[in-house]
Amino acid sequence: MKALLWRLASLAVTAGFVAIWQIVADFKLVSPVFLPGPDRAWAALVHGMVASNLATKLAGTIEHMLEGWLVASIAGVVLGALIGSSRFMRAYVGPTLEFLRPLPASAVIPLAIAIFGFSPAMALGVIAFGAIWPMLLSTVHGFAAVEPRLYEVARALHLSRWQVIAKIALPSALPDILAGLRLGLTVALILAVVCEMIAGLDGLGQWVLLAARYFRSPDLFAGVILLGALGFVGALALDIAERRLLVWRAPTNSP
Amino acid sequence: MRLDGRAFVLPVCLIILAEIGARAGGPSDSIAPPSEVLVAFVGALADGSLLLATRDTLASAFGGLAIGGAIGLALGILLGSVGALNRLMEVTLELIRPIPSVALAPVALVALGFGYRLEIAIVAYASTWPVLLLTRSAVAGVEPRLIEVAQALRLSFPARVAKIIVPAALPRIFVAFRLAAGFALIVAVTIEIAINPLGLGAGLMTAGQALRPELMLAYLLWIGIVGFALNILLVFAQQRLFGRAALVGDIR
Repeated sequence: MKALLWRLASLAVTAGFVAIWQIVADFKLVSPVFLPGPDRAWAALVHGMVASNLATKLAGTIEHMLEGWLVASIAGVVLGALIGSSRFMRAYVGPTLEFLRPLPASAVIPLAIAIFGFSPAMALGVIAFGAIWPMLLSTVHGFAAVEPRLYEVARALHLSRWQVIAKIALPSALPDILAGLRLGLTVALILAVVCEMIAGLDGLGQWVLLAARYFRSPDLFAGVILLGALGFVGALALDIAERRLLVWRAPTNSP
Repeated sequence: MRLDGRAFVLPVCLIILAEIGARAGGPSDSIAPPSEVLVAFVGALADGSLLLATRDTLASAFGGLAIGGAIGLALGILLGSVGALNRLMEVTLELIRPIPSVALAPVALVALGFGYRLEIAIVAYASTWPVLLLTRSAVAGVEPRLIEVAQALRLSFPARVAKIIVPAALPRIFVAFRLAAGFALIVAVTIEIAINPLGLGAGLMTAGQALRPELMLAYLLWIGIVGFALNILLVFAQQRLFGRAALVGDIR
């Protein structure tokens, strides 16, 4: 009950900020060329959805983001399990991964353009390459950090290698994998936007860039609001999935 | 991380394979053999263009980090030590945080135009978040008895922040800045590739568009080295300054 009241108060504060935004825009404290009020941004959002092709752009961004994220997730977890469960692979492949990890994923875009051209395949390759890192590294870490005694139990039970992975290592690495999935989705959204901006693929990235070029700031803000909503919904969905999948785990007070 | 001979087997094999593969394929507009990449790399280093681009990128990244870090630090300390304020700001922060930094680049473009200011603004936005969130949790996690001491000594709020909270939370605040520095470089390069004609990202893009794959790959290699070196430097500094203290609550 008390938590709900705080939540409502917090919501009221947000409403207050939107009201300030409206006042600033109404009195033209900031030039309306840069800053449309929330009313104009909302009107542009509704108009874009109903009369223009904003919905198609939204669908395009969702498609790019999810495709790349799915490819990266599957490849990342499989590769991570292979590397994490083998000491040999960790010694030979691990350091190379550590070197590649800090590389900004967007830096491979020109290379991807040179190979694939301005195509959806380019976007898929770049997004998958960028989003694979959180997944891969957290899976490697999760597999490497399995409690050694569980492996002893597995040996005592004469479990096969696949049974060990499916019954012991994977559940034990699940919290790490889920953290990787969440970070990967954020990366996938950012890279989807960047690819759409550069390659002119159908999506919100292209929408906001064109809106900026023509100084149509209400359209621009409508696109930014949609991108924020997309990131919000994605994080929320993974939050719910995480709570469902990790009910067996004691709650931690991580930030 | 310990390096031994085994670490170099895979990269060396890949380089040799790339050399053979690229030579066998004949001249190409999209990829180049590693030997030519090395020549282009040395050339760009010698004529200064690579270092000039590095300076532009790092200046924007660190300028943005300084602004975003200061905002994140101030808000993090405030929200971490005043519980009511933290709960009141919850919804607002939850709604703003998911906005991807690149999505704001066109907004900054309209308001600020091309150049350092555009990039610094976006980097500042992006690096505010890790500093804000980690500082907030570090400050909220300060040993309650220290806060009691501060109350017993009747310290004012500024004195409490300066003498008790910040020193106690400092190791984790440094971790926050370390992570934010990594983000700052990534965001700076991303903005340069997407919009801003400046620095390493723009150099990379231009080399690609000029169909000079060897120069493009040289830039890519250099961006990798810069990112890796920055990471190593910050981890080293953290270990020297704080030792194990900073490992508490480190996020991977």
